[in-house]
Amino acid sequence: MRHTIHTMKKGDKAIIKDFDIDLVPLKLLEMGCLPGNNVELLQIAPFGDPLYLDINGSHVAIRIETAREIEVELIEVHL
Amino acid sequence: MSVQNINVALIGNPNVGKTSVFNQLTGLNQQVGNYPGITVEKKMGFCKLPHNFKANILDLPGTYSLNASSMDESVVIELLLNKNDKLYPDVALVVTDVENLKRNLLLFTQIKDLEIPTILVINMADRMEQKGITLDIEKLEERLNTKIALVSSRKGLGIEALKELIVTYKTLSCEPCTIVSNIDPEYFKRLHSTFPDQLLYKLWLVITQDVNFLKLERNEIRSTFTRSHSDLKRLQQKETIKRYQFINEVLKEGLQVDASVARDFRSKLDRVLTHKFFGYLIFFAILFLIFQSIFEWSALPMDFIDTTFADLSAVAAEKLPSGILTDLISQGIIPGIGGILIFIPQIAFLFLFISVLEESGYMSRVVFLMDKIMRKFGLSGKSVVPLISGTACAIPAIMATRNIENWKERLITILVTPFTTCSARLPVYAIIIALVIPDKRIFGILNLQGLTLMLLYLLGFGMAILSSYVLNKILKISGKTYFVVEMPNYKMPLFKNVAINVIEKTKAFVYGAGKIILAISIILWFLASYGPGEAFNNAETIVKEKFEAQNLSELELENEIASQKIENSYIGIMGRAIEPVIQPLGYDWKIGIAIISSFAAREVFVGTLATIYSVGGTDNEATIKNKMQEEVNPVTGQKIFNLASGVSLLLFYAFALQCASTLAITKKETNSWRWPIIQLVLMSGFAYVTALIAYQVLH
Repeated sequence: MRHTIHTMKKGDKAIIKDFDIDLVPLKLLEMGCLPGNNVELLQIAPFGDPLYLDINGSHVAIRIETAREIEVELIEVHL
Repeated sequence: MSVQNINVALIGNPNVGKTSVFNQLTGLNQQVGNYPGITVEKKMGFCKLPHNFKANILDLPGTYSLNASSMDESVVIELLLNKNDKLYPDVALVVTDVENLKRNLLLFTQIKDLEIPTILVINMADRMEQKGITLDIEKLEERLNTKIALVSSRKGLGIEALKELIVTYKTLSCEPCTIVSNIDPEYFKRLHSTFPDQLLYKLWLVITQDVNFLKLERNEIRSTFTRSHSDLKRLQQKETIKRYQFINEVLKEGLQVDASVARDFRSKLDRVLTHKFFGYLIFFAILFLIFQSIFEWSALPMDFIDTTFADLSAVAAEKLPSGILTDLISQGIIPGIGGILIFIPQIAFLFLFISVLEESGYMSRVVFLMDKIMRKFGLSGKSVVPLISGTACAIPAIMATRNIENWKERLITILVTPFTTCSARLPVYAIIIALVIPDKRIFGILNLQGLTLMLLYLLGFGMAILSSYVLNKILKISGKTYFVVEMPNYKMPLFKNVAINVIEKTKAFVYGAGKIILAISIILWFLASYGPGEAFNNAETIVKEKFEAQNLSELELENEIASQKIENSYIGIMGRAIEPVIQPLGYDWKIGIAIISSFAAREVFVGTLATIYSVGGTDNEATIKNKMQEEVNPVTGQKIFNLASGVSLLLFYAFALQCASTLAITKKETNSWRWPIIQLVLMSGFAYVTALIAYQVLH
């Protein structure tokens, strides 16, 4: 199964694999959203969107439509 | 030895405490203005340095990188690219947060690549122990080719050492950190051979950014070296990766974090503040607290200012030799100034709350909490910030929409923000509520007047949301939606930062609005004190003849003369000309004049009425409120300010776009007259209709 930030559950940790550069804003890259970096899903907003992430030590919130584009590899699943 | 002046620029990501560093360095020696031609706030300050140096310190807008995505960020690049700018820094201080060093260093490497003498300021050093962070300063200085100042702007630590360091600016290394040409050697080689004198990174910024630099050459650079948008972005990604690689290597040697020590206060607080039930409950409780307290807490100082100015008018009228000049002072200028100063308590409270919410980091949680809901109405979670700060003033609120990435969401936010109840409406509401709503408590705790005010605020928000919904359906604009918002760490708001912010904002309000109000008061006074023709100039004779048979007392006669005069003054003639339009709303011509003059700014309404009622009045001691309370319609004998006309006025001011500055800022931010005109026609048209219905139903 293809995992993206969107398919992660709260508390999951993953490594960013790949994404289509045209669909992800430059600002997010500058915040540390780059292949190989860690990402943890910290909180999900009350109506399921946006997602509150820890990317490479930066705390940011993004919308699902962006999260869907960022492929990840799960490394730690929250129980 | 003579004093040497140097330029220092403060640069940094948002939320790193850059402004606190600025406040620590400059204290109250600050000037807030605008960059020429644009509405980006420009903060300058002055600071005495050791060894006979003096620094002009420029606090540049917060930016995550030199790849600008907003007007505020472009300001930073334009300054740093233009060596001829008189503010071009002799030294740049890049302020970073010790907890976010990795991300903050990205901007640092970019500034270094511009070959500007740079000092790395690592802020919030007092939190290092608590977070288990250790730094090898020597190693970092060596690897980054810079000098480091470890400071805590919250505790005022390290500031003196920083000042010492600034003075040594001439000895700082200007060597770049990374070599940008590595991302595409072939391309950059060509670029270099065409422009051998220019810094490659500068050229690269000119190609990728929308900034004004080397105006003549820019087209040339662009036409020869243009690449597709997608290509450029790929290269920018490569550049970003390179920079992070460099930063990671440096930090591997210079930074250690012992995660077991770190206590996580943030996640606990996040869980509560973004909770699906408690999150919203807390948010609305905070809003409620703000609005109840603005009305209750400011009442006392406001009454004090009001009576003080009424007394002052009376004293001036009594003590100064009687004549036109005294009349102007006691009836025009003093009530005019009083009409401005009376808003200070409420405005200060409002700015206090807003700056505490922003300083603490809570505002980002509200953005996170509200995004999904706001999107249903065509807005963004980020629209919450303009909508809330719109309660202070629509001008900064509309400027705050700049970080909304999506144009449609941003445009709708700009268009609906003026519906939120700004501080200029407050004095209008305050005085009308005090006149027509009884000062009673219901359920023992809720003050009825406070409740009315709260309802008006909710009405403002409600209209903003409702009209967004409509605009979202009508406007056909598509575009990519981006949404990236940083969730900063929670911070206890610093008293000094909040205080400076409140003082600066209040001062700007008093001077900005004050000038307009004062000028309008004086003009109004002239228009009300003079008139054309017989009916004004022979008022005394006409009135005496008219009432000859009725045997009026001296005082009654004087009042009749005064009202004959004001009705036939210039302003009276103008007022009566527009009376047919406003009569159906329940207003007399005096209110009509106040509405017209308050188009410049809403708060002028109260000052105008104060001036009109003072002119020719015999009783200088009465407060504005008393004078308004006693106004009676000469035909019906009813009070002018009754429940029906009061509610009608409240609704009119709630919806009408009575603010010339808002139109100007909308024009600037949307780059067209189309949007401000649409805004004006829709809002004021809607206001007229609702006020009309309200009066006709309640009457």
